[in-house]
Amino acid sequence: MVIALIFALIVIFSILFHFLSPWWFTPIASNWRYIDDTIIITFWITGVVFTAVVLFMSYCVYRFRHQEGRQAAYEPENRKLEWWLAIVTAFGVAAMLTPGLFVWSQFVTVPREATEFEVVGQQWQWSFRLPGKEGQLGTSDARFVSPDNPLGLNPDDPSGQDNIVIIGDDLHLPVGKPVKVLLRSIDVVHDFYVPEFRAKMDLMPGLVTHFWFTPTRTGTFEILCAGFCGIGHPQMRGNVVVDNEADYQAWLQKQQTFAQLSAPKKQ
Amino acid sequence: MTDVTVRADDAIPAAEVEDVELYHPKSWVTKYVYCQDAKVIAIQYSLTAMAIGLVALVLSWLMRLQLAFPGSFSFIAPTDYYQFITMHGMIMVIYLLTALFLGGFGNYLIPLMVGARDMVFPYVNMLSYWIYLLAVLVLVASFFAPGGPTGAGWTLYPPQAILSGTPGRDWGIILMLASLILFIIGFTMGGLNYVVTVLQARTRGMTLMRMPLTVWGIFTATVMALLAFPALFAACVMMLFDRLLGTSFFMPSVVELGSYLQYGGGSPILWQHLFWFFGHPEVYIVALPAFGIVSDLISTHARKNIFGYRMMVWAIVAIGALSFVVWAHHMYVSGMDPNFGFFFATTTLIIAVPTAIKVYNWVLTLWRGDIHLTVPMLFALGFIVTFVNGGLTGLFLGNVVVDVPLSATMFVVAHFHMVMGVAPLLVIFGGIYHWYPKITGRMLNDRLGKFHFWITFLGAYAIFFPMHYLGLLGVPRRYYELGEMAFIPPSAATLNIFITAAALTVGAAQLVFFFNLAWSLFRGKLAGSNPWHATTLEWQTPQTPPAHGNWGKELPIVYRWAYDYSVPGAAQDFVPQNQPAATGAAA
Amino acid sequence: MSAILIFLAVIAGIVFWWLSQQRLMAKPWLEEGPTGGFPATAPSSLPAAKIGLGVFLAVVGSLFSLLISAYFMRLSIAQLTRTDTGLLPTPNLLWLNTGVLVLSSVALHWAQVAARRGEMDNVRAGLLLGGVSAFTFLAGQLMVWQQLSAAGYFLASNPANSFFYLITGVHGLHVAGGLVALGRTGAKAWRGIAAVRLRLSVELCAMYWHFLLLVWLILFSLLTGWAGDFVDVCRALLT
Repeated sequence: MVIALIFALIVIFSILFHFLSPWWFTPIASNWRYIDDTIIITFWITGVVFTAVVLFMSYCVYRFRHQEGRQAAYEPENRKLEWWLAIVTAFGVAAMLTPGLFVWSQFVTVPREATEFEVVGQQWQWSFRLPGKEGQLGTSDARFVSPDNPLGLNPDDPSGQDNIVIIGDDLHLPVGKPVKVLLRSIDVVHDFYVPEFRAKMDLMPGLVTHFWFTPTRTGTFEILCAGFCGIGHPQMRGNVVVDNEADYQAWLQKQQTFAQLSAPKKQ
Repeated sequence: MTDVTVRADDAIPAAEVEDVELYHPKSWVTKYVYCQDAKVIAIQYSLTAMAIGLVALVLSWLMRLQLAFPGSFSFIAPTDYYQFITMHGMIMVIYLLTALFLGGFGNYLIPLMVGARDMVFPYVNMLSYWIYLLAVLVLVASFFAPGGPTGAGWTLYPPQAILSGTPGRDWGIILMLASLILFIIGFTMGGLNYVVTVLQARTRGMTLMRMPLTVWGIFTATVMALLAFPALFAACVMMLFDRLLGTSFFMPSVVELGSYLQYGGGSPILWQHLFWFFGHPEVYIVALPAFGIVSDLISTHARKNIFGYRMMVWAIVAIGALSFVVWAHHMYVSGMDPNFGFFFATTTLIIAVPTAIKVYNWVLTLWRGDIHLTVPMLFALGFIVTFVNGGLTGLFLGNVVVDVPLSATMFVVAHFHMVMGVAPLLVIFGGIYHWYPKITGRMLNDRLGKFHFWITFLGAYAIFFPMHYLGLLGVPRRYYELGEMAFIPPSAATLNIFITAAALTVGAAQLVFFFNLAWSLFRGKLAGSNPWHATTLEWQTPQTPPAHGNWGKELPIVYRWAYDYSVPGAAQDFVPQNQPAATGAAA
Repeated sequence: MSAILIFLAVIAGIVFWWLSQQRLMAKPWLEEGPTGGFPATAPSSLPAAKIGLGVFLAVVGSLFSLLISAYFMRLSIAQLTRTDTGLLPTPNLLWLNTGVLVLSSVALHWAQVAARRGEMDNVRAGLLLGGVSAFTFLAGQLMVWQQLSAAGYFLASNPANSFFYLITGVHGLHVAGGLVALGRTGAKAWRGIAAVRLRLSVELCAMYWHFLLLVWLILFSLLTGWAGDFVDVCRALLT
């Protein structure tokens, strides 16, 4: 009796919590609204299943609880019912998977017009590199890392000389333009995570990983590390500022290139 | 065909071992300590697992205190916090759940349920326990080693796990890897026993389709574990080489706190593949025994055959097979070839279908049953609610694109605790309340049991259900403090305090359970041989607790499947498996 | 991870073949009484030790398949990032070692046949030859290691070397473990136990030896680079 009631209450509590709790996605700031939509679809389907199964169970516990003289039915199986349930389940699963795969194929197809920039992770800070006038990012390797060259750019690669290097400062991006983020780590696994952008990706030492997105509104957003990277993991923060085009260009003019940063010491 | 008649002397079919063929303990030490009887080994495994589990429980309290009141406790430095989460995770997954389900329940139940006198290789079985104990001791030793245990997170991802930015980099990680290697060796010894006993030592009439689902679950899980653990073994050996001998299996050229290291050419993603090739089957290694045990609990206490037995068996086998081709769903955002995402999302969601069928069949077993709300049954019902909840959130994380925002957030933590933490533990508790009378001859106290159930079940739900929403908000996991984050409202801190309060309460309720275990050993109600009126063979032993050799002079003969409850026309509402047809059901 | 998946597919094939004989489609609630009509559903008449060894070999097979998978995966990453070719020179001694291991396997097979016929002297000779040649194989492998490190190929120089030492080392350890079992069998044989009673032990040893030989041949082709070429040819044929 009591247990049947409590099971029903758990369902009601869970549904109320879902709709009333103040904890929900942060307002989105990128083009990945489809990801949110897929999550909503999944919430509806799974919510219905959870409610149905637990309420049915709660009814069974109430209706068929032991009483004097009750005998259980003898029913080894019911093929029709089982197959029917299996097929309905398969449809439910397909209804979640299909949109998911469509969105994934967008996620992995980087648009041609996307501009590249690089995020470099190290224990425990974020640095960034933008291509310069040539539009090329120079090569790099952990070997080249030194106090003068914290990102490990190849000093002999001419295409790296005009790269804009941002260390210990905010990253700026222009609003409304797709960007391809190249991710590189010089020590351990990190993960570039901006909750408002939804997308995230690991920085895998030894590889250059990537993902893309389009910032859709201006503002300042926090960058977190979502790949456990040692003792300073929670302190590994940064900011990305999404600007309109004019502000972005103004900011860009003020940045220094790799050549400028290493020039004084070369003399 | 003369081959068959000439047999080597040690080739008596395991299914026909006579009483006198067995090893017999001669002293107290060989009876209770250095013992080859699977039942004693089972208890040794269970007690060791529970003891180390208590350590993990205390660690979880400490980390919850830190999350609710960051900075308030001088004895929880960030280093400590990461060591706590790492050890909590590893202990719970490997040293508690795997050891308790397979080493504990497997050892106790397999020989009894299939009608064997013991495991087929008792000596190897005994060694298995002692190596497991050694593995646990090595693990515990790392708490006292200089620098403490490793704080690399239970996934031990390189390069971080062996670089100095991570706590326990000097000794902790070495002891952790050594302990895992030992565990795997010990487990393999036990696992060979569980598999071959089911294959070779089933008594007459015990066909596969007459085996209780508990045996099916443990058997399939063991086969999976035997094939999956080598992945962890290889990975641990390779990382140990990287740490001690300077090889670069998992190490690309990297910088350690500003200085370039002599590593190069290796691949950290290789570790992730190997780890999760073990790690995902591991989820089902824990889940399948739970599925099996809960099926038997529900059927016995609802006095009704398990609904759709055949489908249940097929589903176990299907889940076991499929679980080997889904591992990379843990690595959607690791930078592996994104096209893998399509394949692994599909296989992962396909696994939901046989799993859902199992859930339906448990619930349909209740339909038109005669439900006795005993303590084991309460735990079984609680399991269904928890498992359905945790299983459904798995559909979020398995669906590759949904995983992108949710991975590495508290949503993941909530999901796996619900589905492979709380749910299997509820089954373990249910199983202990169910089989304790057979193991000791006494019932566990009912009142304490109900108290334990309600606090544990409701408390665990209160911990982990709201935690999903922290994840939706974007709160990352493995942060020892959130600090200032613009997108996180202050109310999240309040929720963290609530979760911690629930966690402390649930933890305290486990002490009631341990008290009950000890108290009932002496003061519990006498149980008799078959207190639940169950059909399976372990309840039909001549003595309770069963003596060494289990069956006295004659092995039981099995005449029917394991689920003849409430058969129309039968004298009682259950017909034991070893009851011949003539006196049994009219059917 | 293709190697381990192929291995698992083989295991799955065996499992499903066996399950297909276990009447998994039957309705067990309709069948009462002892089951005499379906002998395939009873435990097999093979000794438990043989089944046990078979299961153990599946575990060992899984371990080696995983090592091979890891080797291939690293190789592809190395080619991607062009760090190294991934191959070591193969000393000629490896060929000799391979021959010695084949000899060892043949000797144990001979011992097994002799044990079935009850020819005790031949059993002893077979065991002795098998043991000595397996021991020679191990010594030869150690010499290969020596030669390689003398030539500057150290364990930690690069992952290709590490894999070479790791894989040959794990295989060698398994041979060494087999030698312990073989030693115990030999002790029994010299104590003068009847050949019939010795048969099971000899058969188990032979089974283990054949398996390790098979594993070695696969590893050898891998380490010499043939397996890589073979995979490339297959890939070329498929695309």
